[in-house]
Amino acid sequence: MRRLAFLAPLALAGCGINSVPAAEENAKARWADVQAQYQRRADLIPNLVSTVKGAANAEQTTLTQVTEARSRATAIQVTGDDLSDPAKVKAFADAQGQLNGSLSRLLATTEAYPQLQSQGRFADLQSQLEGTENRISVAVRDYNAAVQAYNTRIRTFPDAVGAKIVHGAKPLTPFQATTPNADKAPTVDFGK
Amino acid sequence: MGILFRCLAAVLLAAGLSAAGPAAAQTFPKFTGLVVDAADVIPPAQEAALTAKLELLQRETKRQLVMATIPDLQGYPLDDYGYRLGRAWGVGLRDVNNGAILFVAPNEPAGQRGPRIEVGTGLEGIVTDAFAARVIRERMMPLLRENDVPGALSAGADALVAQLRAAPEEAQARTDAAAVEFDRAHRRGGAGAGGGGGLPVGLIFFGIVAAVVLVPLLGARGRRGVSGTRYRSSGRRRGGLGEAVADNLPIILWAASEAARSRGGGWGGGGGGWSGGGDGSDPGGGWTDGGFSGGGGGSFGGGGASGEW
Repeated sequence: MRRLAFLAPLALAGCGINSVPAAEENAKARWADVQAQYQRRADLIPNLVSTVKGAANAEQTTLTQVTEARSRATAIQVTGDDLSDPAKVKAFADAQGQLNGSLSRLLATTEAYPQLQSQGRFADLQSQLEGTENRISVAVRDYNAAVQAYNTRIRTFPDAVGAKIVHGAKPLTPFQATTPNADKAPTVDFGK
Repeated sequence: MGILFRCLAAVLLAAGLSAAGPAAAQTFPKFTGLVVDAADVIPPAQEAALTAKLELLQRETKRQLVMATIPDLQGYPLDDYGYRLGRAWGVGLRDVNNGAILFVAPNEPAGQRGPRIEVGTGLEGIVTDAFAARVIRERMMPLLRENDVPGALSAGADALVAQLRAAPEEAQARTDAAAVEFDRAHRRGGAGAGGGGGLPVGLIFFGIVAAVVLVPLLGARGRRGVSGTRYRSSGRRRGGLGEAVADNLPIILWAASEAARSRGGGWGGGGGGWSGGGDGSDPGGGWTDGGFSGGGGGSFGGGGASGEW
């Protein structure tokens, strides 16, 4: 029987005592990446707005909408501990989705201003925005993969044992863009 | 014991599944050099010149720039394909992730052929999205519109190399340290270093478990050797090595399966989870003497820019 004392921790280690928190931390870290990339986009917007304002003052309403959507979106932050609450994640996704919508409208209106399109500074901003949108989708994909791995782990044997008894682990919420194609970059045309 | 065996079976099954998983995923051209002309559109002389240019860059700045022509994107959009390629190849050095890839996909429909500049997370501050977009727009697209793929790649390489040579000092110092680490690991390991980062941990762990199994075993034999006759009749007869192994079989099997599982990489590894892809083609050289392997970096977060040739 003394040998069973050796076996107990080893058997437990195979049942999610360590692997469940590791997977959870990984998912939280990927979520931090998602938020950082959305923040990066939010940081670009004031520059974009002021550049467009200089050349296309007629688009005052669209510009105001973008600025408002930006401040609504940046007001919502979701910490790692909130990730098991689908409502909070959805609120974040909704706010970012709205910002996405008004940003797409703004970029669409700029096409009517050739002098804006020909500015190097505007082209740079567009490529930065495009790159950031791409980073967002990569970060979201990585986060969802991490969440899927974690959720599978805590629901399948053997890790489910440790997850349930020791950690009381709750499934995390995958990130879904709320409107169709909202996770796609707004179409940015380099003007061939 | 019943629960233990079921747990063990599940762990073995999980190890089997995780080993089978990646095999079904997307495939990439083999990482055969700093210029991977998988679509075969670069004339050999120009390929050699490009390779020399990129090797010189890596020797002098320790940053890795890889050029590729991809015959088939397998239905993935360019930017989606690019970051997966960087991760699969492990481009750049581990921890500093100072690699970048410039690639085109000449067989795709017009407008989706690239080029794309995919930038490792450690170079995002140097090759910014705006800079990458400018290189594509101003240097590469004019040549690509005339279907001069080798010329465009060469022009893009020149612009990127020039940018990568302009280095902030502290980034350089960190890169130097990572390169020394790479050389140490790869020179010592030689050809055997190709197995990936997870293996030694599994072996060490296996060794510890083996020691736990063997110490009581030897102790038991020792006791029997000195005073075996006195105790032999008092309890059930001990069967020596065979029975001791049978007693400990669950531990041994479990440890073996853990070792196998850790070799497979997977999610638990945190930051290092993507590495190892480039290690497989390691020719045994150091980072700065013209080796073409990935440095175990490969942290690509989607930075860079695409063109619409």
